[in-house]
Amino acid sequence: MRIVLSWLNDLVEVGDDAPALAAAMTQLGMQVEEIVHVGSTVDGVITARVLRTERHPDAAKVHRVWVDAGDGVERHVWCGAFNMQAGDVIPLATPGTAMPDGRVIEPRPILSIESQGMLCSAHELGLGDDHSGILILPNDTPLGVPYGVALGLQSEVVFDIDLTRNRPDCWGHVGVARDLAAHLELSMKQHTLTLDARGDERSANVEVVDGDRCPRFTTLVLSGIQVRQSADWMARRLRAAGMRSINNVVDVSNYVMLELNQPNHAYDLDTLGGSGFRIRLARAGETIATLDGVERTLSDDDLLICDANDVPIGVGGVMGGLQSEISESTTVVALEIAYFEQTAMTRTMNRLGIRSEASGRFERGVDSHGMPQAQARFIELLRESCPDLVVHAGAVDVVDDSLPPQERPVGVRVSQVNRILGTTLAADDIIRCLEPIGYVVVDARGDVLTVNLPSWRPDSTAEIDVVEEVARHFGYDRLGSLVPNSTMHGRLSEYQHRRRLLREILVGLGFNEAITDSFLSDATLAAAGLSDDAIHVTNPLVADEDVLRPSMRPGLLKAVAFNESHRRFGMSLFEVGHVYPPGDRSTELPPEYEGLALALAGRDATAAMSVWRELVGSMGFGARVDQGTVPRGLHPTRSATLSIGRDVVGAVGEIHPTVLENLGVSERVAWLELDLSRLMAITPKVPQWKPTSRYPSSDFDLAFVLDDSIPAERLDKAIRQGAGSLLVDLSLFDIYRGTGVDEGKRSLAYRLRVQASDHTLTDVEVNALRVKIVALAAKLGAHLRG
Amino acid sequence: MFDEVRGALEDALNKVIVAATLDDLRLVTSDVLGKRGALAQLKAGLGALPVEDRKAVGQAINDALSSLGTAVESRRVALSDDELSRRIITERLDLTEVTTRPTRGHAHLVTQAWDRLEDVFMGLGFQIAEGPEVETDFYNFEALNMPHSHPARSGFDTLFTDYRQLRADDDTATRDDSAVLLRTHTSPVQIRVMQSVEPPIYMIMPGRVFRRDTPDATHMPVFHQIEGLVIDRNITMAHLAGTINAFTKAFFGGDFTSRLRPNYFPFTEPSAEFDIQRPDGTWIELGGCGMVHPNVLRAGGLDPEEWSGFAFGFGIDRMAREHHGIDDIRDMYSNDIRFIEQF
Repeated sequence: MRIVLSWLNDLVEVGDDAPALAAAMTQLGMQVEEIVHVGSTVDGVITARVLRTERHPDAAKVHRVWVDAGDGVERHVWCGAFNMQAGDVIPLATPGTAMPDGRVIEPRPILSIESQGMLCSAHELGLGDDHSGILILPNDTPLGVPYGVALGLQSEVVFDIDLTRNRPDCWGHVGVARDLAAHLELSMKQHTLTLDARGDERSANVEVVDGDRCPRFTTLVLSGIQVRQSADWMARRLRAAGMRSINNVVDVSNYVMLELNQPNHAYDLDTLGGSGFRIRLARAGETIATLDGVERTLSDDDLLICDANDVPIGVGGVMGGLQSEISESTTVVALEIAYFEQTAMTRTMNRLGIRSEASGRFERGVDSHGMPQAQARFIELLRESCPDLVVHAGAVDVVDDSLPPQERPVGVRVSQVNRILGTTLAADDIIRCLEPIGYVVVDARGDVLTVNLPSWRPDSTAEIDVVEEVARHFGYDRLGSLVPNSTMHGRLSEYQHRRRLLREILVGLGFNEAITDSFLSDATLAAAGLSDDAIHVTNPLVADEDVLRPSMRPGLLKAVAFNESHRRFGMSLFEVGHVYPPGDRSTELPPEYEGLALALAGRDATAAMSVWRELVGSMGFGARVDQGTVPRGLHPTRSATLSIGRDVVGAVGEIHPTVLENLGVSERVAWLELDLSRLMAITPKVPQWKPTSRYPSSDFDLAFVLDDSIPAERLDKAIRQGAGSLLVDLSLFDIYRGTGVDEGKRSLAYRLRVQASDHTLTDVEVNALRVKIVALAAKLGAHLRG
Repeated sequence: MFDEVRGALEDALNKVIVAATLDDLRLVTSDVLGKRGALAQLKAGLGALPVEDRKAVGQAINDALSSLGTAVESRRVALSDDELSRRIITERLDLTEVTTRPTRGHAHLVTQAWDRLEDVFMGLGFQIAEGPEVETDFYNFEALNMPHSHPARSGFDTLFTDYRQLRADDDTATRDDSAVLLRTHTSPVQIRVMQSVEPPIYMIMPGRVFRRDTPDATHMPVFHQIEGLVIDRNITMAHLAGTINAFTKAFFGGDFTSRLRPNYFPFTEPSAEFDIQRPDGTWIELGGCGMVHPNVLRAGGLDPEEWSGFAFGFGIDRMAREHHGIDDIRDMYSNDIRFIEQF
């Protein structure tokens, strides 16, 4: 909302210290985004007279203009507008001028002929919307002077305010003025006006069919109107507030809206069919051409303003129709001010996509009882340009039962104000905060104040709303500052603690953490080899990126590809995030869990296995590695599922070569993904202390030849079983296939370290272990490599 | 005889002195002090001497062996020192000739800020709650005092999903508040916490949130928020101001201050915006806060006459951006290693 300082000063004497007022408004919750000076002149733009114009044969879109800026020197400018002729006085921006839009005027040549400046349109000077041609000034304007001086321009200070939803009243200047007056302890200037209906009885009749949608509809007939230009001060204020000046009648209508937050409409009574109104719901499919020239098709939930002949002339609260406009020949108007039911009107506004000055105000909430004052103000202002104005008796005011009552008393407990705000205010202190903003305390009994909520604050409905008003006007900065005595102990949950540990381990292992898109396209899903059974977003930002990721795989692979494109190979990336796997729709919310995924570019599946084993060791995870079941999208002979019982809790291995190709990854990628919500739900055993042996250990190597069909893991187990409690370390240090080893088999070389806790192992004991291990290995068909 | 002893000693001492390396010395030592050494031979010949001479000659030989031992030891020390000195000189390294580098990874900036925020709030006595990212309309809006027709909803640019629970009984499929959407803020976790935990509640709720917002330098459709909720007996707005201020000093530094100014949110009343003032006097608009609205307490199953509380929330990404001077938030989500490695 644009609030004009001079306008505020008409309502309450706030002075002209704009920064201080802006600070006060912000403190009251009306956040001033910017203080703008509207209509201030642009330095460097001076008046000049056109001497002659000339077309250039090679320039179709511009012509040459010679001007005199009063110093008798002929200046040449190129100009793209053709609306001036010799003798006209125009504004000339001289070279070096900084225009309001940020351009700096330079002597830029066209066809090697320099332009010594630029002729300006009204729009370019911030004087309005007209950019159809160069601004032509009165012929007697002195030359060579700043155009603002020549035009007698006055600038306006404007506060651009970001208003919150709970301040509909501030969509009128009076709302801001009232708050400032209370804050600065000033009195509002009295604007109590009365309707002085001296004319004969003349009515614009009203029939409201659907009263619950239009709880109040008022009309008043005014005659003796002359349609003309508005006075400068009014046009200037309207422009400063962001509206165009049209004519005195329309301008007064807008002015009343911007001052009192009371949208209203003046209809030409002579062209109003049946000289009256009929307010009803539209029939589904009924059409109306709105003011903006668009043909709108309506639903049976949209409210129509029709003339007395039932011809639609406007959409209630949203926008007027084309027919009802004021014309130059208008002499009699019907002033309509209505109140529309907010939520239904908002539905219509959203459905039609029309956010007008009026509909925006109705949507936020207007004063349901402010019509008489708005009518009086309208008359007062219009009389300034229409001295013969006649106000006719016979005003119509149709009120439905659903209109909010004017008196809306609510009980406010002094104790509750203090309980919420932490204050020790007495009833009088509270009253002092409330009464200047129109919250009238009509009764005070014991702890309870009965407060009449003002009709211009439809957002206020309950005790807590009043508490907020007290806080605002008491001052948020005076409420004190206390740290509560938390009876809780700040700590991470076991899960949160372990998640941090997990990240630390991965970062220590050299992984970089990524955060990838939560949304995917169906095409990416397919490219990554994932099931197309996924949850979709119905209104995605990017049309085809509407899938909620069932896996972090596409995201991380894209990140690998992106980094490869910058010649960063061998990336180790991980992500911890929520994924949304397909489910059976039996629950209120779809399945969702926090997962871990990691990618090791340029590494094979065993690298992923070694990370998995590291995590098993350090996190206390556990799961069965089942290479017999390969998850979709992973390398069929290099991957495995991880499962606990029947539940799949992850996958390990390598990305399928086709998936890599689809996603533009050139390296092979080792892959691990885990369902943390399941793996970390199992609290691991706390490691218990085992004494370290004081006796020497013995190392020995064993190389077995084992059939390829048998996993090395089974041989591991056999060795562990054979060595029993004496084994302190086992590592697979060499794998060999080739000459000397039969086809379909491989040699697996292990190094063992054995140690007893109570004596030095003898050669005899170590040998006995070897024999036992070899015997167990033999059961797998493994024999020592010769 | 004494001359022979003296001669053997001198001869041996000479050999020791000329030993140039520890290896040489080892050979010399076994030569002169070993069983076949001259002095040992002489000692072996003692028995042939007259008894009256044996003692004196034996003494002389022992003295000679002893001084030879001393000489060998001092030579060994000297040679070891030499060798160590030589080794130290030849082992010289230019410490700027570094060819390897450690392979430490990097946590995401959001994680780094998230963890720091958690740490600060834990210090203030808060625990941490999390909730689902896909939510029902009820938790995201309805329970937060934004019934279906509430105009404030339009400010959230909500993303809706096609998920509908399949049920036999079913009027819920068409009920407004069962619509499933991507949470637009972390506030639904407030309701889940209130429903599952008895007050007192001192909780923060960090998490990922979603808006139908076109990405630009300061907005992402997916970003992270942290929310705080305190519910206890006799909690007032002064406690809100005090908590914000304590957080400000703990997180930003003792010379930062905070202020509250009126704002509007449907789920709190009175509502406020909180700003942080840097030591240079400039302000950062940080987030929203307020006293939990009575309707929200009720939706969480709490009696507003018995309990009161406050809530606050702000962006985690925003904190990381402020902290590291990042102009364009999109860089934080590029997963570009050249970005990640900087932090």
